[in-house]
Amino acid sequence: MDINQYLEIFIEEAQEHLQNLNQNLLGLENSPNDNDVLNEIFRSAHTLKGMAGTMGFNAIMNLTHEMENILDEVRNGRLTINSGILDVLFECLDFLEGSVNHISETGKEMDKNIDALKNKLINIIYNKDLPAHEKQDAENSSAISNFTFNQYDENVIVQALAQGMKVFKIEVILSKDCMLKSARAFLVFKSLEKYAEVFKSFPSVEDIEDEKFDNNFKLAVITSEGKDKVKDDLMSISEIDEIIIEELKEVTKAFETFSEEIAVAEVEHAEEDKEDSEEAHAKKNKIGKTVRVDINRLDNLMNLVSELIIIKTRLEGVDSDTRDQNMTEAVEYLERITTNLHDAVMKVRMVPIERVFNRFPRMVRDLSRELGKEVNLHISGEETELDRTVIDEIGDPLIHLIRNAIDHGIEDKQERINNKKAQAGSVALRAFQDGNSVVIEVEDDGKGINVSRVKKKAVENKLISQVEADALNEKEAVDLLFQPGFSTADVVSDVSGRGVGLDVVKTKIESLGGTVEVETSANAGSKFIIRLPLTLAIIQALLVTIGSEKYAIPLNSIKEITSIEKNNIRIVQGQEVILYRNGVLPIVRLSHVLDVKNDEKDSSELTVVIVKKGEKSSGFIVDSLIGQQEIVIKSLGKYLAGIRNIAGATILGDGQVALIIDSNSMI
Amino acid sequence: MNYTDKNNQFVVFELDNEEYGIDILRVKTIEKMSNITRVPKTALYIKGVINLRGEIVPIIDLREKFNLDKKEESENTRIIIVYVDDINVGLIVDSASKVIEISNDMIELPPESLGNTEQNNIYGIGKVDDKIITLLDVKKLLNV
Repeated sequence: MDINQYLEIFIEEAQEHLQNLNQNLLGLENSPNDNDVLNEIFRSAHTLKGMAGTMGFNAIMNLTHEMENILDEVRNGRLTINSGILDVLFECLDFLEGSVNHISETGKEMDKNIDALKNKLINIIYNKDLPAHEKQDAENSSAISNFTFNQYDENVIVQALAQGMKVFKIEVILSKDCMLKSARAFLVFKSLEKYAEVFKSFPSVEDIEDEKFDNNFKLAVITSEGKDKVKDDLMSISEIDEIIIEELKEVTKAFETFSEEIAVAEVEHAEEDKEDSEEAHAKKNKIGKTVRVDINRLDNLMNLVSELIIIKTRLEGVDSDTRDQNMTEAVEYLERITTNLHDAVMKVRMVPIERVFNRFPRMVRDLSRELGKEVNLHISGEETELDRTVIDEIGDPLIHLIRNAIDHGIEDKQERINNKKAQAGSVALRAFQDGNSVVIEVEDDGKGINVSRVKKKAVENKLISQVEADALNEKEAVDLLFQPGFSTADVVSDVSGRGVGLDVVKTKIESLGGTVEVETSANAGSKFIIRLPLTLAIIQALLVTIGSEKYAIPLNSIKEITSIEKNNIRIVQGQEVILYRNGVLPIVRLSHVLDVKNDEKDSSELTVVIVKKGEKSSGFIVDSLIGQQEIVIKSLGKYLAGIRNIAGATILGDGQVALIIDSNSMI
Repeated sequence: MNYTDKNNQFVVFELDNEEYGIDILRVKTIEKMSNITRVPKTALYIKGVINLRGEIVPIIDLREKFNLDKKEESENTRIIIVYVDDINVGLIVDSASKVIEISNDMIELPPESLGNTEQNNIYGIGKVDDKIITLLDVKKLLNV
């Protein structure tokens, strides 16, 4: 079977399951007893195992299998979730994520050894507990012959035997009315410790200490003393009813029980499979029917809708004198339908931002551990929807901002206590729709941006001169952070401070047609505000003419349109400006910037489109205005990629191409 | 040279009274001249973009690219839309009319004496009857 055609589906689904696992493991960390979460994790791991098996990715399959074993133990209450177990599970998840990424890049599985991870998982089970059926057996009979060992234990046994030591399995049965079971157990350990090494116990030592056992517990010890000596010593402890000791002469027996256990485990899995599919089935019915569609097909659909809109615009443009009543009605109807169709297609492309936000709790958890800071992440508005293309791109900038917030923003624990702040810092990640754009905020309650340090650093890095630095106001100084090659971290940490940073964030967001701003106040924290257009494909634009050419300016960046007297233009430091509404407005002559071959019109009145970018604005001089129109943004393609000042092109009603002005790059 | 296609077919076009050929597998369509929208800040030989059935396609003036004299467009002027991977580009040529087949043994490597730029764009010289046809390497021509 040629599996390559399924590779994409595998990767997509695997990523979904990993995301799911990540999220639910975090959930489990907060509420370790939540069985629903546990089942969800189990399901994801199980599906992943099956998928990887089908595709022949054995490392993933083996690892998920071991993870499943642990989860199974937890599910059946034989293992309690603790941070140690979770850490190992997270580690496995990281490995799986790495593997899947590797597969998506190369199509092949990563050639990395998973034994270390696998052993960690196996050790959790064996160090903690004996598998399920063992326990049941133990309850049914007090025979200790089926005390099982893992590979590690077997090695220990083999070595001990080779050195002429003796290996005993000991079952200690306490008297029924024993009051202080753990104390007795402690005495047992204490007396064995003198001449023997306890390398395994069931239940685990912790559980024995916590009195989590009935009247008996089992131990495996290595010692040079004889069987009787051990038995006598232990029997001398009061409230012990019986000591059963069995000497292990070789490990084959252990092997036998080991393989037996695997067989049983497999039967259990088969049962789980059944149960799983039933549960999954029930769930599917609940969430409604979905179809997974290749994004290219959606793009294609979008293109067709775009074409339709262009034609519609063209029909609308037909002189109303020449069309009769029927025609007018038909065109109006067409307009309604195309608008609805456009909305419908756009909705299909919209994805909740949850997809991106989901990975942050895990990241924050890891980061705060790494940096030894306590950080709470508050996420809101994850249901806010954005165009799929934006979703795909927005992840990295957000990661950057959150890392910055935790690394640079949130203070060390001690510093926070000194400043009378809550010991745990908080980072808020919010998304909400605001008119025609979506706002994403990353806010921390850390120390805020130290403006004077920013200035100092900028001077040190020769981004600006001292004189310039002194002249900057707070807002302008903060904007320096977005300059390439700027980093204020005193120590370059693994997390941030490599000097590539906010400028990349800014470039990325601007390439998505958005803006980013910062608000900060000393000792109270800082807030990064990202504004993104709701959709990238179809926008409202103002069509203008410059010379004989037509250009489109996105309406959302236009503040207002006005006309000015040519004589009022002043020149300040080589830059044309006018005084407008009590402010100085820089003037950009579009015909110059765009090299339009055109003699300046000799009118004394100039039409100015005032365009804003964040808080700044600028006046673009155009020759005339055509009007507002819904336009479909098309890329100029790879061949013409990277042209300054042009954001793309659109096709007008008459089939002509008009270029879209990238106003952000001109301010 | 990886041109081992069985049929070795070439779209032949004319430029300044010389004949050129492009591997037919690189040609998408041949269009009549249409309105070209200028794109600022691009190389001189890039004339702009056109709307090709809803797709924006950049247009290269081959005369300009090959440093030939300018010529007014006539009713024979054509735009050959070529593609490399997912990049489509239109080439303005004086005329394009036929597709011919040239067997591999009738294709020679370009002469050493050619200038560097030209040599870079050419992958061979094809001989058909008495005529010589310069075969262009689209990939190198577009520099992709």
